[in-house]
Amino acid sequence: MFMENEKINNNIIEVQGLTKKFSDFVAVDNISFSVDEGEIFAFLGPNGAGKTTTIKILTTILQPTSGKIFINGSDPRTEQNDVRRAFGIVFQDPSLDDELTALENMEFHGVLYKVPKEMRQKRIEELLKYVELWDRRNELVKKFSGGMKRRLEVARGLIHHPKILFLDEPTLGLDPQTRNHIWNYIKGLNQTEKMTVFLTTHYMEEADKIAQRIAVIDHGKIVAMGTSAQLKEKTKTNSLEEAFLALTGNIMREEEANSTDRLRMMRRMRH
Amino acid sequence: MSTIYILWLRQLKRYFRSKSRIVGSLGQPLLFLLAFGFGFGQVYQKAGGGNYITFLAPGIVAMGIIFTALFSGIEIIWDRQFGFLKETLVAPVSRLKIMLGRTLGGATVASFQGLLVLLLAMAVGFRPQNIAFLPLALVFMLLISLLFTALGTAIASLLSDMQGFQLIMNFLIMPLVFLSGAFSPLDGLPKALTAITVVNPLSYGVDGLCHTLIGVSHFGLLTDFMVLSVVTVAILIVGSYLFSKIQI
Repeated sequence: MFMENEKINNNIIEVQGLTKKFSDFVAVDNISFSVDEGEIFAFLGPNGAGKTTTIKILTTILQPTSGKIFINGSDPRTEQNDVRRAFGIVFQDPSLDDELTALENMEFHGVLYKVPKEMRQKRIEELLKYVELWDRRNELVKKFSGGMKRRLEVARGLIHHPKILFLDEPTLGLDPQTRNHIWNYIKGLNQTEKMTVFLTTHYMEEADKIAQRIAVIDHGKIVAMGTSAQLKEKTKTNSLEEAFLALTGNIMREEEANSTDRLRMMRRMRH
Repeated sequence: MSTIYILWLRQLKRYFRSKSRIVGSLGQPLLFLLAFGFGFGQVYQKAGGGNYITFLAPGIVAMGIIFTALFSGIEIIWDRQFGFLKETLVAPVSRLKIMLGRTLGGATVASFQGLLVLLLAMAVGFRPQNIAFLPLALVFMLLISLLFTALGTAIASLLSDMQGFQLIMNFLIMPLVFLSGAFSPLDGLPKALTAITVVNPLSYGVDGLCHTLIGVSHFGLLTDFMVLSVVTVAILIVGSYLFSKIQI
């Protein structure tokens, strides 16, 4: 479907002058960047830098204040369904249905994305086996540990083999073995299917190893962009972590507890 | 079609898996049935109203339905807070279908709950006047369920967290139930109250159930059906619009 409107240049993600304001607060401040088809692109930034807000806008669930965006040649503001068909996403916050089983969560996703039944079953089995949840496919997700849920979410985001995969801190809370395992699978898809990957992470060595290009974002602005080597060279540092700290400073960032945290408390008390 | 079906199925699975919720939401109707039914029964009979349990049963069924239906709609707030809503909102399907699937699922569940309350009422002595009208009673249960699930969805689309939730409970559900003729006849009320009962859509639901279950009607069956249908469609339209505007 989305093969038809191939663009002339091969920027699968094109962002120009994107700004998002929440009343007085500028979460994303006039950023521009583009990602090539088949590229692995990382967004690095401290907490509250605007990474998740940017992803939300690119994935149609939040309206930008201003700026131009094209995802696979379509505008997320007006051609939402074209854009939605083109990407898969693993959100930063959990987005599974706890009251359904692992298999049901996968099925639900496959049906929503209209993956034909046989292909759906084959891919679900393959993915669940890959993230080692196949044996527990009929258990309710609420019984899963944080790491298991995370693995399931990554697996779910891959069922429909998207053209672009958004990963918002996908490996948070996973052990190094699992992280490695998951990245291998994603890299495989990146190579065999030319899947573009847009990720955010706090693990510098992960970004260093996986991403071909990195944008460092702080206070809603892109402060540097390039390959890991270019960033190190620019900051005259030896590691990406040092480069990152040189670019964003050493001050720790606070994020306010939001209503979700409060609600989680409430639910814990109720059950 | 598959989109609507899978969302419908999800609502059903969630409902039948939380046994505590099913039992819990039967408690309140049962309490009202017993406390009101036996508490006011004597007085009602002496005043010449006949058997109060008989009068009360359709109203209690409607009450059971409206609770479950509104809560099903409002579940969107939970889904929003716990993230699952995002999963459906980024999928390449129209939000209208998502809203319809959820609403149909919630309405199915609420109708089932209404049926359970009806059985409960029968267990404490209620008898429908004419079994032949039962299918029609089911139609009314489904209509009430649809209307209030859609209303719940519409309200939940406007709220971003549970802050406004208690407000809805106290200023929407209870007045809707108490001013619908569920517990007391609609005849002979003061003008101001009559005005409220006439614009309360639940009045027509209760009245439809009264007609089909105990053969007494205030507005007439056709009016009940028409009003419920029109209001349901209107709320569905408003609800889908609000749902389509959700941002996260």
